Amino acid sequence: MHAVELSQVTKRFGHNILAVDNIDLTVPAGSFVTLLGPSGCGKTTTLRMVAGLESPSAGEIRIKGQRINDVPIHRRNLGIVFQNYALFPHKTIAANVGFGLKYRNVTADEISKRVARALDMVRLPGVEDRYPQQLSGGQQQRIALARALVIEPDVLLLDEPLSALDANLREEMRVEIKNIQRRIGIATVFVTHDQGEALAMSDHVVVMNKGKIEQVGAPREVYEHPHSAFVASFLGNANFITGQVRASADGHAQVGLGMHVLNATTNRRVQVGETVTVVVRAEKIDLLPAGQGGLPGTVADVDYLGALARYQIVLADGTKLLGLASLKDKPLTVGQTVELRIDPKHCRIL
Amino acid sequence: MSATLESRAALWLLGLFSVAVYIFQFAPIAVVMLLSFNGSRSGAFPMEGLSLQWYEKLFANDSILQAFQTSIVLALGCSLVATAVGVMAAIALVRYQFKAKNGISTLISLPLLVPEVVLGVALLMFLKLMGVYRSFGMLLLGHTVLALPFVVLVVQARLVGLRQNFEEAALSLGANRLQTFREVTLPLISPAILGGFLFAVAISFDNITATLFWKKPGIETVPTKIFAMLRTSISPEINALGSVMIIVTILLPLIGGFVVRRFSRGR
Ligand SMILES: Nc1ncnc2c1ncn2[C@@H]1O[C@H](COP(=O)(O)OP(=O)(O)OP(=O)(O)O)[C@@H](O)[C@H]1O
Ligand SMILES: [Mg+2]
Repeated sequence: MHAVELSQVTKRFGHNILAVDNIDLTVPAGSFVTLLGPSGCGKTTTLRMVAGLESPSAGEIRIKGQRINDVPIHRRNLGIVFQNYALFPHKTIAANVGFGLKYRNVTADEISKRVARALDMVRLPGVEDRYPQQLSGGQQQRIALARALVIEPDVLLLDEPLSALDANLREEMRVEIKNIQRRIGIATVFVTHDQGEALAMSDHVVVMNKGKIEQVGAPREVYEHPHSAFVASFLGNANFITGQVRASADGHAQVGLGMHVLNATTNRRVQVGETVTVVVRAEKIDLLPAGQGGLPGTVADVDYLGALARYQIVLADGTKLLGLASLKDKPLTVGQTVELRIDPKHCRIL
Repeated sequence: MSATLESRAALWLLGLFSVAVYIFQFAPIAVVMLLSFNGSRSGAFPMEGLSLQWYEKLFANDSILQAFQTSIVLALGCSLVATAVGVMAAIALVRYQFKAKNGISTLISLPLLVPEVVLGVALLMFLKLMGVYRSFGMLLLGHTVLALPFVVLVVQARLVGLRQNFEEAALSLGANRLQTFREVTLPLISPAILGGFLFAVAISFDNITATLFWKKPGIETVPTKIFAMLRTSISPEINALGSVMIIVTILLPLIGGFVVRRFSRGR
């Protein structure tokens, strides 16, 4: 039985805004599922429908197999962590974390025990008597996590919980949340527009665009085998190369680029002469010195990124490509001629 | 740094003008308060030493004490009702979506826009039509209508500033709507509620125009009492009474504003 299932769920605001458009989604028990997509694509709305903070315009939502469309939020037993923490400013940390237990027939003694245990879990023991304003942003976020988990919810829902933190803390909390989630094995829905977070934390990434689900899969799967140009461009640095098919045979095709050809793979049938788009990830392009028989090009721009450099390469026919290369050697310089070699299995026809 | 002569002169004039406006506004108030401590028999300049004789007289005057009592009961009564209704109205207007929302919102703030004379006559005629006559109850109802928009506006502003997430978090943790209101919403908006209440008290305490239409003959509030006293003579007692009025009606909103700002957490 799945922790959460959405079938054909749609959410309209008013008459014109279609925030979520007929989506199907499953969150297997114990798994970490991330909703990833650009701003306004409907991630938060989807999460809020599961939470019971919005009601779907159509479709069915099930938690542990039970239809919960009409169950009010306070009877759903879900843990929610908000982007701005939403800790009650007028209550102590102990009262904040213990809040949900008050409504679950737990004795005062037991509440303080469980609160202490929850604070241990988020590595903030002993802050019971402080107020939220007396804690740093990262600490407040841990408290929010403790408050959501102490009630032993069926599902944990997090809406961009890391985006209010600074970069270092964000990395740390990312690992922390993931560890806690894995340890207690709670089904989790995580909303983010940060692809790094999505790829690093998730069992399944759900890429959304304009209220629809574009692709669902394990992080590597969506990254390496994007089903659409949108997914390819949203995750990582992707190049889109258009050219005409010159030859094609069982899953392989040669795509003409001016005087040169690009060997590509495809999982659909393509016709000779058809114009196709080939996706190539920037880091899959090898940049070699001239004279090795690759695609010739010229370095047009260099972005120094520390461990990596990002190059813009212009091919002989004017096509511009992005390349990412580690800086084991000296970076290439603008104007330098290079040759590109790309393993055909990384050139995928869309 | 090259202000021309003209622009400097213009600034000077503007400054002078502003000071004059304040003097014309506040000088009468200052004069009233000053003369209330006058030691002479008459209520005018020149002053002959300081004394509290007019205040003593004030508190020895039964009809004035009666007016104070009426004013206080009226102000507290209408403010309690206006606060209870106003808080509920504000929550409905901010947190819920419904059809008549804009209409109701306008209706509540209408007493701020309609001239009091019109409002006074309107309510009087309406209730007469319904067969209800001037009474303390009518006065209470009228003052409640006048005070309501202040409570609603103050509480509404606070609710808009209060992140809805607090309430959503409480709900998600298992508190029902009532428990969420009691445990989270109410404590967080209580400064605004107190502020709104104090505004309402000041509005009621200070009101005269509408009160004149609504009160039963024989019932006097402090402002109508002053008005009545002025018709017969200009007694220096009035200065003392006026000073008390000024203190109450200026101090209460000031305290209210302070409370709202100082104790509002969790924006
Ligand atoms: N309460 C609402 N009333 C009207 N429209 C809304 C409401 N909530 C969301 N929308 C609209 O629905 C769409 C999806 O919004 P949603 O908040 O789900 O996006 P999101 O993916 O979470 O974006 P972000 O990354 O910016 O948080 C947007 O076009 C938004 O304007
Ligand atoms: Mg969002």
